[in-house]
Amino acid sequence: MAVQEDTQGASFIQGQAVIWLIGGLLLVAAIALLLPDVRGMLGNSPILQGVLTIVLGVGGCIGYFWASNIVLDKVIFPAKGANAGKNINRANMVRPWLFIFPAFAALGLYLAYPVVGSFIRSLYDRSGDTFIGFGNYAWLMQDSEFQQAVFNNILWALVVPAGSTFFGLVAAQLTDRLSWGNIAKSLIFMPMAISFVGASLIWKFVYANDADIGIVNAFREWVFGADSVDPLQVSFWNNFFLMFILIWIQTGFAMVILSAALRGIPEETVEAAIVDGASPLQVFFKIKVPQIMGTIVVVWTTITILVLKVFDIVYTMTGGNFGTQILPSYMFEFMFRDDGRATAVAFVIMLIVTPVMVWNIIQARKEMR
Amino acid sequence: MANLKLKDVAKVYGGQVEVLKDIDLDIETGELIVFVGPSGCGKSTLLRMIAGLEQISGGTLEIDGMVVNDVPPSERGIAMVFQSYALYPHMTVYDNMAFALQIAKKSKEEIDRAVRAAADKLQLTEYLDRLPKALSGGQRQRVAIGRSIVRDPKVYLFDEPLSNLDAALRVATRIEIAQLKEQMPDSTMIYVTHDQVEAMTLASRIVVLDALKDNGYKYSIAQVGTPLELYETPNSEFVARFIGSPAMNLLEGEIVATGETTTLRTRLGAGTITSNVPSRPEDQGAQVKVGIRPEDAVATDSEDFAFSGKVEVEERLGEVTLLYFERGAGQNDPVIAKLPGIHPGMRGNTVKLTADPAKVHIFQDGTSLLYR
Ligand SMILES: Nc1ncnc2c1ncn2[C@@H]1O[C@H](COP(=O)(O)OP(=O)(O)O)[C@@H](O)[C@H]1O
Ligand SMILES: [Mg+2]
Repeated sequence: MAVQEDTQGASFIQGQAVIWLIGGLLLVAAIALLLPDVRGMLGNSPILQGVLTIVLGVGGCIGYFWASNIVLDKVIFPAKGANAGKNINRANMVRPWLFIFPAFAALGLYLAYPVVGSFIRSLYDRSGDTFIGFGNYAWLMQDSEFQQAVFNNILWALVVPAGSTFFGLVAAQLTDRLSWGNIAKSLIFMPMAISFVGASLIWKFVYANDADIGIVNAFREWVFGADSVDPLQVSFWNNFFLMFILIWIQTGFAMVILSAALRGIPEETVEAAIVDGASPLQVFFKIKVPQIMGTIVVVWTTITILVLKVFDIVYTMTGGNFGTQILPSYMFEFMFRDDGRATAVAFVIMLIVTPVMVWNIIQARKEMR
Repeated sequence: MANLKLKDVAKVYGGQVEVLKDIDLDIETGELIVFVGPSGCGKSTLLRMIAGLEQISGGTLEIDGMVVNDVPPSERGIAMVFQSYALYPHMTVYDNMAFALQIAKKSKEEIDRAVRAAADKLQLTEYLDRLPKALSGGQRQRVAIGRSIVRDPKVYLFDEPLSNLDAALRVATRIEIAQLKEQMPDSTMIYVTHDQVEAMTLASRIVVLDALKDNGYKYSIAQVGTPLELYETPNSEFVARFIGSPAMNLLEGEIVATGETTTLRTRLGAGTITSNVPSRPEDQGAQVKVGIRPEDAVATDSEDFAFSGKVEVEERLGEVTLLYFERGAGQNDPVIAKLPGIHPGMRGNTVKLTADPAKVHIFQDGTSLLYR
């Protein structure tokens, strides 16, 4: 018993020493910052600034955990006196919250508050002074461009995930058996590394209204001898030309994930199906695809969420003209002009994305089990 | 309902790795043939070639007199039960069993009848709506068997079907398979295992695979025979030691008298022992190995003994007592005797062992004198 107390005491003294050390360092740093000379020196030296940031950040974290735990164990629920056992239990119930609190606070500050703030802002008019209730939403509902954007967005949310997942699945299955399959995979995956704006630039050339530049028009001229057109102005279908860019980018993502899933299928179930007389197509659709259905759903919803956020492609390719408007680019039209309407659109987007996201998380959790 | 004929069957993986060579085997209708052999000897490979899941690299395979080398698996009239069961995880038990018939576009009533009959036979009726993951190992195994039964194949192929089950379930399922075979006397079954007890209890004939010297050490058939033939008259040291547990004792010795029966003197202990295996006059003085199964060894006081040694370890199992004798320097596998009943206090004693002449085997250069 005595020995135990001794070691406990020793570790407590050690702990205190560390706290004093960190506290001292922080104090020195804080005081130093108050001196104009030191501040001047810092202003000229990014390295010093970086080091100081790290020291303050890491030290602050360690300090927070040490201090809050000490307060909990020594002050609020001391492991002494009549209630020692009960206090230890209570302290252990509180402790996880000490660790979670910073993350909660950060999430609240950077996620929850903006959501609430945006919603409140969307209830005010352009100036931000006059409360107009759901006036912005009512105005959106009757605006034909908004209706167009919602319709196009629904199209995007259906076509792009379906296209990417389908092409990704086919690519995963076909490249699996090829000797040069890995090269093919790398090529298909490569667009993933290109930013949306970069990809849009590439496709601007592909769709260029000039048979000498745009491969689409070059092909039309070569096969049909047709004159050049601007594919981006072909109403309705131009939406699909834009979607194709995102499919081109996202197929690689779908392929990589689905290829891993396909490899996880037990080979013997495939062989059993072959013995049972299934054709290669039947093996694929009746044995393989159902077994990776969970992964397909996760890929599908992940891409859906991405689609609902996509903005760059439309903005760079058409600027939302020629009937290609979607919600994010529509929102951008109002930014800096009418924050009330812009936040209202943002809120609509959030309402659409949330259920998909919840579904996605549920599916991904199921997959992990 | 089918006989199989394998002629010079060989398997080469990737054009280089020769695994099996010169497999010649005739399987009659209604037989239950068991393939045994050390791990990696190609048992699964051979079975998969019969199933059509592996290309046959050489020789021919006939089913019912028709060469089927290039016939796809589903048209060979075979069904296979895999070691991992290979159930379709996304289908219910019913759909698992119905799948082959659905692919074959059988009518709904016909499928239903076949599935329910099989489920009834295997006590699976109450599980038909469950997914495989909600079944125990033994039930999954039965679904896998049911899946082959509904197809009413000519040949059943089993690849170590019991190796994923625990010991008690293995015994129960083994008996079920034996009963199943009895209910279907016309169907031919080929069964791969590395478990001797399964081989001995189930097989009508056992096929032992081994790497043979005169085959360039490629795996081939070492011996084919009924379980008791292999046990009583193994044709080689390998088969002799592979069948039976603990393995047969092999003692180095010399032939001292030839004729209808053979008399041998063993190197260790320098006693003599007689075997009913006949020998020729020119065998006089030949260096051979004398094989005695542990369960055939008897303790003796006479001067005619095969082995004499000190008991190092004594294992009392109740029904039998196992005695382990040190063989002497440089030889680490002990001589083992399995004596019926309980024999306390044998440890440290020097014991002389001999055996009934009918149960003494003689091997020269790895081959039994009976088979030369
Ligand atoms: N696809 C393959 N490519 C090359 N060698 C293989 C392949 N499959 C099996 N083998 C080899 O063939 C031999 C026999 O394998 P297998 O039939 O599985 O043995 P068993 O079932 O008797 O344990 C092994 O040595 C194994 O390494
Ligand atoms: Mg095997």
